[in-house]
Amino acid sequence: MGKVFIPIGPQHPALKEPASFRILLEGEKVIEANVRLGYNHRGVEKACEERSYLQDMYLLERVCGICSHSHSTCFIQAVEEVAGLEIPPRANYIRTVVAELERIHSHLLWLGVAGHEVGFDSLFMYVWRDREIVMDLLAKISGNRVNYGMNTIGGVRRDISPGLYPEILKAMDVLEERTKYYIQIATGEMSFIKRLSNVGRLSKEDVETMCIVGPTGRASGVPRDVRRDDPYAAYGDLSFKVITDDHCDVYGRAVVRVLELMEAYSMVRQLIKNMPEGPIVVKAPRKIPAGEAVSRYEAPRGEDVHYVRSNGTEKPERVKVRAPTLANLQAMKKMLENYYLADIPIVIAAIDPCFSCTDRTIEVNRLEKGTTELMSWDALRAYSIDWYARQGIQLKGIRL
Amino acid sequence: MVYALVHILVFPGLLFLMAFGLFAEWVDRKMYARFQNRMGPPWFQPLADILKLFGKESIIPEEVEPRMFRLLPLVALASSLTAFIYIPVWGTKALFSFNGDVIVVLYLLTIPTLTFFLAGWYSLCPFSLLGATRTLTQLFAYEVPLFVSILSSAFLADTWSLSEIAAFYSKHPGYWLFNLIGFLIGVFSLLGKLEKAPLDIPEAETEVVAGSFTEYSGNLFAFFRLAINVEMIVGASLLAAVFLPFGLSLGPVAGFIFYLAKVLFVVILLSLSHAIFARIRIDQMVNLCWKFVAPLGFAQLVLNMIIKGTLLS
Repeated sequence: MGKVFIPIGPQHPALKEPASFRILLEGEKVIEANVRLGYNHRGVEKACEERSYLQDMYLLERVCGICSHSHSTCFIQAVEEVAGLEIPPRANYIRTVVAELERIHSHLLWLGVAGHEVGFDSLFMYVWRDREIVMDLLAKISGNRVNYGMNTIGGVRRDISPGLYPEILKAMDVLEERTKYYIQIATGEMSFIKRLSNVGRLSKEDVETMCIVGPTGRASGVPRDVRRDDPYAAYGDLSFKVITDDHCDVYGRAVVRVLELMEAYSMVRQLIKNMPEGPIVVKAPRKIPAGEAVSRYEAPRGEDVHYVRSNGTEKPERVKVRAPTLANLQAMKKMLENYYLADIPIVIAAIDPCFSCTDRTIEVNRLEKGTTELMSWDALRAYSIDWYARQGIQLKGIRL
Repeated sequence: MVYALVHILVFPGLLFLMAFGLFAEWVDRKMYARFQNRMGPPWFQPLADILKLFGKESIIPEEVEPRMFRLLPLVALASSLTAFIYIPVWGTKALFSFNGDVIVVLYLLTIPTLTFFLAGWYSLCPFSLLGATRTLTQLFAYEVPLFVSILSSAFLADTWSLSEIAAFYSKHPGYWLFNLIGFLIGVFSLLGKLEKAPLDIPEAETEVVAGSFTEYSGNLFAFFRLAINVEMIVGASLLAAVFLPFGLSLGPVAGFIFYLAKVLFVVILLSLSHAIFARIRIDQMVNLCWKFVAPLGFAQLVLNMIIKGTLLS
């Protein structure tokens, strides 16, 4: 077989969301990999400018289905900074509890997906069964399994009643026990380790030059963690280790994630033990004074950055969301090239990608002309009017 | 004439093999599910799947050669069905046998794999092409250990006929225990032949979609599914006849029950390995075969030579 182009995506069983990887193969070896995004552009940032701050919080919570609390907290922190609000300590603790529970469910989800990508479905089934424990816990705390809706400007909406503490601690014990078993599997099962080691290597220098964030970076020995470097919420009061690993490959990323699970259990225990009394919310003004702020947050996938600029009205002037996947996608090309076709699914999965959270633009490929271009707002508007006209829908009566 | 037709169409031919194949698929799926702490499908699920596939439209891509595309699933099914008539089931005698039928059965069992390759090759889709090359690469890796291990058992019995192998081992009870390494190699190769995890590399869902079968749908795909089910039964029966030849002189009924138990034992071994291993990579698979499995096969052959020289001379 000579050189072949293989389209991995936009629709492919290995991908949970649409993204396109154009792979040039020689036999089974990947010669060249090109990443193409933009299948999921939803215009979230533009939509934020049309809504009030509180509505934006709910909208941004839906940026990601897994790290929903991360995005809403990250945004709300920026808004609170602009508004100069001081959050009650109990609210900070509750936010942190939900954040760590979210990390637990996200990392368990990842471990299962990693098992599935290398054809080890038993791991997938077991891990996802145990993930239900933390999902149920989140449902008890917030009322929802995903998109918890816990935050509000100036605090949290729901209190964690002290009656729930024993249940949370018990769930942590059960999960810790199960996680120890998974650590044993992930570090003992030969066929699993063989698929993960020496795959998708990323050296420490690469991580530093490409600004790789989260477990992907920490697996290459770069101890970069916003929770410790720039503590927010209640992380300043907690004692925890920043897990790093020097395998620099997919195996290292798996090790970092399972060990982070153990840290998360201990953090939740500390939070429950030291939970302060007091109010959970302070009153926030409807109009946020003019100003701007950048907020950083360590989401399960890495550092999440939100930027908010206010012009003194009840709607933000600009909101910018930098999801962690965007930072890690830079390294994708390097991690895929010179490895095997069989490694592609697990290497892509190893950064725990969230393509829908990342997409901020659509690039239009004009196949007939062979060019790529971005469409301006006016061009997009003209295109949509034309498209509807071709469908036989006249937009004359509608003000555009 | 009537007897021959009954043999071909009902027992032990088409109907029996298909029914047993679907049942074995259910056992495989149910066991796999139970290993994973799931409920698993009801007993009629494999049959329902096949019936549903037969009811669906068969899409043939515009650019493929339609005759070849239609013919390949039937060839796969026919060759695995044919292989069964040389395998002794409940006694020491197969329906037909001649000196050399071991080789014929092994080759008939290779034909489905070749049709998988051709199906992928004729589909003209990049995923199918990759699946097809992987099928062939894998075939070259596991075929040698399989041949060596089965022939070393035949070597001990000093015959090239499956019926006579069975007769030899029932005359010398306990001798089959010498071939246990060969049996494990056989199970390993059967995993590769049936493209079941951890050797489901040619149809690895997350890598090459469905491999050779990516473009197949409807009744053509159903025939491939049936061919794989029948191949599973025939392969397991071959292993049972060559490596587990005990309880053959107990009469037809007990012998038949023993036969079913042996085949299901092999099927359960297949689903167990599916549950406990991750899918390995094609380069790892080829390495494993040539560095460990093939030498083990030759070790079995040497062992049988020594046994033949000492115990049987």
